[in-house]
Amino acid sequence: MTFGPGLTASSLAADVRAGETTAEDAVNHALAWIRAAEGKGLHAFLSLREEAALEEAAEVDRRSAAGEPLPLAGVPVAVKDNIAVAGGRTTCGSRLLEPWTAPYDATAIARLRRAGAVVVGKTNLDEFAMGSSTENSAFGPTRNPHDLDRVPGGSSGGSVAAVAAGCVPLALGSETGGSVRQPAAFCGVVGVKPSYGRVSRYGLVAFGSSLDQIGPVAHTVEDAARLFEVIAGSDPRDATSAPEAVEACAEGLDEWDPAGARIGWPAEYFGEGLDPAIRSACEAARAALEAAGSEVVEVSLPHAPYGIAVYYVVAIAEASSNLARYDGVRYGHRAPGAADLQEMYLKTRAAFGAELKRRIMLGTYVLSAGYYEAFYGKGTAVRARIAGDFDAAWEGVDAILAPTTPTPAFRLGEKADDPLAMYLNDIYTVSANLAGIPAISLPWGETPAEADPPAMPIGIQVMGPRLSERRLFGLARFLERAAPPAPRAGLLAADGGAGG
Amino acid sequence: MTISAHDVRHIARLARLELSDEEVERFRGELSKILEYVAQLDRVEADSAAEPEEPDQPLRPDVPARWPDVTPLHAEAPDFEDGFYRVPRVVE
Repeated sequence: MTFGPGLTASSLAADVRAGETTAEDAVNHALAWIRAAEGKGLHAFLSLREEAALEEAAEVDRRSAAGEPLPLAGVPVAVKDNIAVAGGRTTCGSRLLEPWTAPYDATAIARLRRAGAVVVGKTNLDEFAMGSSTENSAFGPTRNPHDLDRVPGGSSGGSVAAVAAGCVPLALGSETGGSVRQPAAFCGVVGVKPSYGRVSRYGLVAFGSSLDQIGPVAHTVEDAARLFEVIAGSDPRDATSAPEAVEACAEGLDEWDPAGARIGWPAEYFGEGLDPAIRSACEAARAALEAAGSEVVEVSLPHAPYGIAVYYVVAIAEASSNLARYDGVRYGHRAPGAADLQEMYLKTRAAFGAELKRRIMLGTYVLSAGYYEAFYGKGTAVRARIAGDFDAAWEGVDAILAPTTPTPAFRLGEKADDPLAMYLNDIYTVSANLAGIPAISLPWGETPAEADPPAMPIGIQVMGPRLSERRLFGLARFLERAAPPAPRAGLLAADGGAGG
Repeated sequence: MTISAHDVRHIARLARLELSDEEVERFRGELSKILEYVAQLDRVEADSAAEPEEPDQPLRPDVPARWPDVTPLHAEAPDFEDGFYRVPRVVE
């Protein structure tokens, strides 16, 4: 067993089940890799669960030895710090929740534990998951393990950077408008946005409740599928969770047949503003599908260009409402020394970062008397059109192939002063969130290093109809096999077998 | 779409956010720019009332359940005493 970059959850769990290695050993190695990466300035983690993780690993070893079938036996997992893990901090990257200890496990975490996975730490994010670079964390930015001068993307930047650097084979992120897929593309890993309602939101701190979804991060499509199977499924604690049974995704991954498949090519995603290297990556993926017998046909998603505008009405409206609960009364931060209740609210909420204030202000504005119908009403109406475009597309195609992001990872600070430019990062990802459909981003090659070194990973994505995850994982697996190698993050390369 | 400093202060009051003069000025510019971008939605002829209704969410049986132990929840409050959340004075 070789620990470190390249280790897959599937092979590690198989070895733990076979008694060839132990969960305790796996967790010790992960912690060593995390310390090494953090020591080099990655800043992917906000807290580590060193003691708890080792105790839990010992318990996993006992359960596995007793013959309990554990699909993720001994697999160390990093979890975005907006997902509750009982007994530890869940800060959401915010001063408002800095003092808070989660009193319960999110459903996704309870399911991870049942499957034998071990949560080793909580990862950095843009404050309350609002951002596309992880620069908005109150605790400082996370960096891209391929180039520490660049952002890892966001808001799940910590989870994605932890996997890309090789600290852990798996991580959980969350999406509202692309917060798993966009960083996965920036860091060269697989990122999944499940169908809305497929993974319970119980224990995920709310941002935009009609959009939020927990999603897997992994090195390989197979690992992502295994993690997805573990966390997916209906949950009585989340009224919006989908009641349908979860299809097996990891077994039979290679059964997806490209011959005769119909794949959509959305013209609207290949217009102005798309980096030429990313366009070429999509064209190469298209050629690979056609060579294997798929038919790639143009589809039209005419309302897709309105995605960001709709998103910044719907998501911020829901966010301003969800964030009203941070009032300093029941949990989290309370500013001291207020003379009365109103002053306490104001002083307490002053601890929100600039992006949070901006979004709360915008959300409050679009929901305020006189503007509600013009903004929120209009936004939800166009949202329905975006979903309708996809429904029409599924009449003719099984899935859609598209770029994940318009550009590769940008540099820290490059877009920090222009909120709108930052928002436009999510232009290709938000539609799937607005329509509630599943999407998977996977690496496809790298940018030409000579123009702007170093070579950075490129991400492409596939989208499918609601609850079509099994088909989508199969398609992603086919593309993964056809893809040119993505660059490996060199951050820990010098450490060789650090910790192992 | 431009919004005034007065509008910004009004929204901040609704949202219980205290803004410095510098923040009011900055948000005035940024919010105007974002709302201008959002205004492109006016180009789409769509009316929320004309859209099909979302399918109803299935409801679970409304059976009360007891949280096993509320003490840790209360312990998270900045100020909790004798079964009450304590806050600064509410009225004069």
